Amino acid sequence: MEVRVQNIHKEFGRFPALDDVSLDIRSGELIALLGPSGSGKTTLLRLVAGLETPTDGTIYFGDEDASRKTVQQRNIGFVFQHYALFRHMTVLDNISFGLKIRPASRRPTSTDIKRRAMELIDLVQLSGLEKRYPAQLSGGQRQRVALARAMAVEPNVLLLDEPFGALDAQVRKELRRWLREIHDRTGHTTIFVTHDQEEALELADRVVVMSKGKIEQVGTPDEIYDTPVSPFVFGFIGQSNILSVRVESGQLWIEDRSIGVSAAGEPDGPAQLYFRPHDIELLEDCGGCIAGIVTASRRVAGTRHVELDIGATQGKVEIELPPEKTATDRSRIAFRPTRWKLFRS
Amino acid sequence: MAHDSSDPIGHHGNSEMVASATSESRMARYVLIGLALCFVGLFVLMPLAAVFTEAMRNGAGEFLTVLGDPETFAAIRLTLLVAVIAVPLNLVFGVAAAWAIAKFEFKGKAFLTTLIDLPFSVSPVISGLVFILLFGSHSLLGPWLQSHGIQILFAVPGIVLATVFVTFPFVARELIPLMQEQGTSDEEAALSLGASGWQTFWYVTLPNIKWGLLYGVLLCNARAMGEFGAVSVVSGHIRGLTNTMPLQVEILYNEYNFVAAFAVATLLALLALVTLVLKSLLEMKFSEQIAASRRH
Amino acid sequence: MTASTRKRWQFRQPSVIPGFGLALGVTLSWLILIILIPLSGLLWRSSALGWETFWAMATDQRTLNALRISFGTAFAAALVNVVFGVILAWVLVRYRFPGKRIIDAMVDLPFALPTAVAGIALTTLYAPNGWIGSLLTPLGIKIAFTPIGIVIALVFVGLPFVVRTVQPIMEEIDKEVEEAAATLGANRFQTISRVLLPGLTPAVLTGFALAFARGVGEYGSVIFIAGNLPYVSEIAPLLIVIRLEEFNYPAATAIAAVMLVISFAMLLVINMIQAWSRRRYGYGT
Repeated sequence: MEVRVQNIHKEFGRFPALDDVSLDIRSGELIALLGPSGSGKTTLLRLVAGLETPTDGTIYFGDEDASRKTVQQRNIGFVFQHYALFRHMTVLDNISFGLKIRPASRRPTSTDIKRRAMELIDLVQLSGLEKRYPAQLSGGQRQRVALARAMAVEPNVLLLDEPFGALDAQVRKELRRWLREIHDRTGHTTIFVTHDQEEALELADRVVVMSKGKIEQVGTPDEIYDTPVSPFVFGFIGQSNILSVRVESGQLWIEDRSIGVSAAGEPDGPAQLYFRPHDIELLEDCGGCIAGIVTASRRVAGTRHVELDIGATQGKVEIELPPEKTATDRSRIAFRPTRWKLFRS
Repeated sequence: MAHDSSDPIGHHGNSEMVASATSESRMARYVLIGLALCFVGLFVLMPLAAVFTEAMRNGAGEFLTVLGDPETFAAIRLTLLVAVIAVPLNLVFGVAAAWAIAKFEFKGKAFLTTLIDLPFSVSPVISGLVFILLFGSHSLLGPWLQSHGIQILFAVPGIVLATVFVTFPFVARELIPLMQEQGTSDEEAALSLGASGWQTFWYVTLPNIKWGLLYGVLLCNARAMGEFGAVSVVSGHIRGLTNTMPLQVEILYNEYNFVAAFAVATLLALLALVTLVLKSLLEMKFSEQIAASRRH
Repeated sequence: MTASTRKRWQFRQPSVIPGFGLALGVTLSWLILIILIPLSGLLWRSSALGWETFWAMATDQRTLNALRISFGTAFAAALVNVVFGVILAWVLVRYRFPGKRIIDAMVDLPFALPTAVAGIALTTLYAPNGWIGSLLTPLGIKIAFTPIGIVIALVFVGLPFVVRTVQPIMEEIDKEVEEAAATLGANRFQTISRVLLPGLTPAVLTGFALAFARGVGEYGSVIFIAGNLPYVSEIAPLLIVIRLEEFNYPAATAIAAVMLVISFAMLLVINMIQAWSRRRYGYGT
């Protein structure tokens, strides 16, 4: 089901948690809300769920205005950060709960409920554990139960709050891939909240980057990474270097040196140059470049990270080189960004 | 999350719609609070109020005369004496038991903990009876005690023994969960720095548990001063000699001397209130230390 | 650990902390001296009666009635305390209202107030001419000097048990669990009755058992309000005292032994509830 968020404002007391947020989510999409803590991503998720009420604005499920509906009426599936399993119920009872409590008119027969729950247990690969209690499961298994429980009610939209936050790195990676598979198989419209960019970029169809109660950018993982629209997104996603430059007659200048990058069409004046450590080319001789002295160099997996001191006013930048390229301390390296972006304050 | 401060009967939510998800309707809240207040009012506050009003029925003058009575005075003295003996004994025992149980792993630990709790599930009357059977004239020890002129029953030693029996678990059961939660790393650190066992206990363990200890002593003392059933069985009700304050209350009441009975009861009720105030203060100020033991 | 225990039986695991011998020594001597010797004295004395004498005394009609009244009223009072104790704990944990802190502190009054004082105070309130009794007499309801009076006294005495066992567990309820139930479509009543209360069951059972055990043995607060009519409102602890005053030690011993055995059984049940709950749900009470 499509979910449309329109001009949502949310204030806690006087603190504005969300400020005029609008977002269209297509049916069947897997979408990530990404941002640092306090960016409002969890609040947005809880508003869609109906666990919070907007101060202002509307939320549509399909063509229907859902914002006046209670959480119970919205028929959503919510997976909580700490799973919130009912600890006095078995795995099977946890998963059947949402169906069992329906009023008699809408409740499937108990055999149907059981069949549906067992299907889900199978889907989340917990067959044989249906009689266990949550206390007898591992973190990853609890997570799967929580997901199956949320899917049992055939939700309009599946909402996950930091679904992998409480798991260790290994299990996290595994479950991430598995969640993508489940999503592709079931096709639920899914929104998940995360502060982990790797998770968002790997898993989601589209990523919503949030900061300070506002949406900074919405786009596919490639768009978010390759063409960030704001300094915040550039800085938040991946590694980046920031240099103070000057635009003058279509060229970029650091102090009185041209760095050999043409910025045709940019108006003259001071600006911030953003570029990623790996979006550079090395230059043998410097007729317009950025040059610096190597102050540190370390090998990280398939690349060499080199820290350069490029002069007192700019400080240090980090670039990535192929591992076979040596960079001895105090040696001089000249380079030029190949892909970059200018932001003006 | 912000509270709705305009609502005196508030809930930890902040708007009507959210309220429907994780809280009850205003109506249900009022009904539940009403029920709870009625229950506490009926069963706790009214009896307490009755004690004070009955004591003052004939004015403060008579109230004070009753308290000046030598028998009452003797009862107060005996009650204090019993508490002064019983509480420190159980304090030492409680610390020792908690040290053994909380700081070490050994076979039969769970069983030992159950045994310590035993007096809680024994009727006070039986707690008194066991000493009658042990020291009474029909018992094995009775004739021997008699021939050596040792008086235990119907005398102060019997009252002390019965009180110690009844208040036996109080300090230990406050300290055990607290010390278990604190673990042994502090002590190990002290030992590694060269402290002796006693130094470790005195400078490291004791400061860590002092408020929990005080809490246990408070409860132990309240029970020691207020114990009725066990003491009643072993005391023999000898006026001016073996009557504690609760027994004095009973005697006066049974003589239809209600004002006097309630006057003595007032003192005990004040003791209970002081205990509750100190207990609440301790819980408020040192909640993290006492939280462990409140979970029983 | 299993490897070393398999190698040889160890009374305790090695530890650098000193004082184990001293602490355990003090504990055991005190325990044996004060608790175990006197209690085993009681059991020895009752076994010395011989089975037939013991059985005759334990099944004497007045004794049976007294036991029935003690257990019956304690059961009823514990039930009342379960209902109101859970409500009271809920209100104290969940709501804010004026005077909450005082009410919270007052819940412990029955622990702190000597039972004799509670006894005379409740009798004064519920006697036919008392504050509450005088309101009920015109309606034909008699409380003091009847078994209902006993229940009232035992409700007072057992009040803190359910509240104080349930309260900490309620405080730990994760708000997410309630939200989870709501997102699955449960209304507030369903959330409370099917998610929250069942989760509290072990704590409620423990509180019930504690209040019940305390009520069965209670003496001081009951004897004033009960009226102490043999066969009608005479509790077992009182009958022990009466037999003692008659110097009928065997009868007193027999009644005490029966009560003690039942109390120990209850203690066992409480421990089993807690162990079961910890094993199954991963939390105890």
